[in-house]
Amino acid sequence: MPLSRRRVLMLAAGAAAIPALQLLPGAAFAAAEDVAAMMADFSGGKEPQAGKITLTAPEIAENGNTVPISVDVASAMEGDDMVDAVLILADGNPRPEVATFHFTAMSGSAAATTRMRLARTQNVIALARMADGSVYMDKKEVKVTIGGCGG
Amino acid sequence: MSSKPRVKVPKTASAGEVIVIKTLISHEMESGQRKDKDGNPIPRKIINKFTCEFNGQPVFSCDLDPAISANPYFEFSAKVPESGTFKFTWVDDDGSVYSDEQPITVE
Repeated sequence: MPLSRRRVLMLAAGAAAIPALQLLPGAAFAAAEDVAAMMADFSGGKEPQAGKITLTAPEIAENGNTVPISVDVASAMEGDDMVDAVLILADGNPRPEVATFHFTAMSGSAAATTRMRLARTQNVIALARMADGSVYMDKKEVKVTIGGCGG
Repeated sequence: MSSKPRVKVPKTASAGEVIVIKTLISHEMESGQRKDKDGNPIPRKIINKFTCEFNGQPVFSCDLDPAISANPYFEFSAKVPESGTFKFTWVDDDGSVYSDEQPITVE
């Protein structure tokens, strides 16, 4: 492939971005260990399983200030088949915690929608903790055009 | 600064029906990450807790972190066993509590 002017500029920008990122892991953005610790804290150390929980988020968010997200957990919300709480994390935000939803038998179904901020392109993680202690996870990558956490 | 919350609850439902509730409140949700024009950090001021109760019983609640957008919006479901009142509360970092109530009739 011939090197166009645009491609050269993109490569240069990419090369410049790498040392910049290496300078501030943890400083401006959350470290991976923080996210893992929060997940372990919520799940009580259990390994999250796939399934049951569905996280809906846009593939591309033009404005990181308001990104609509929905979670839906397949559950009868009766007896033992009950969702206790759902934790939302964003692994590339300065602080990964987004929200924790608490459901009850009066919720009828374990589904909720809200709007969140995303500082940059990153993964949004949703964890559901069931009444019996099992934990389910879903993850979506959201591409962000304009970051939403201010300068 | 916060104005009256807006809540959408159906007027009527059949007994045991699961309804959808939508809530919106005006709040800037200052994240604590931003700086003013002199470079000083702007202190965090967000709504950190939202709850919904039906006739005094908890239905749904949420712990909010600064990553929730300004003017927090929630959509969730609730089971309606009988006629009654939904009560919604939002708790601000500064201790203020905003609330709203909506009746529903079971036919």
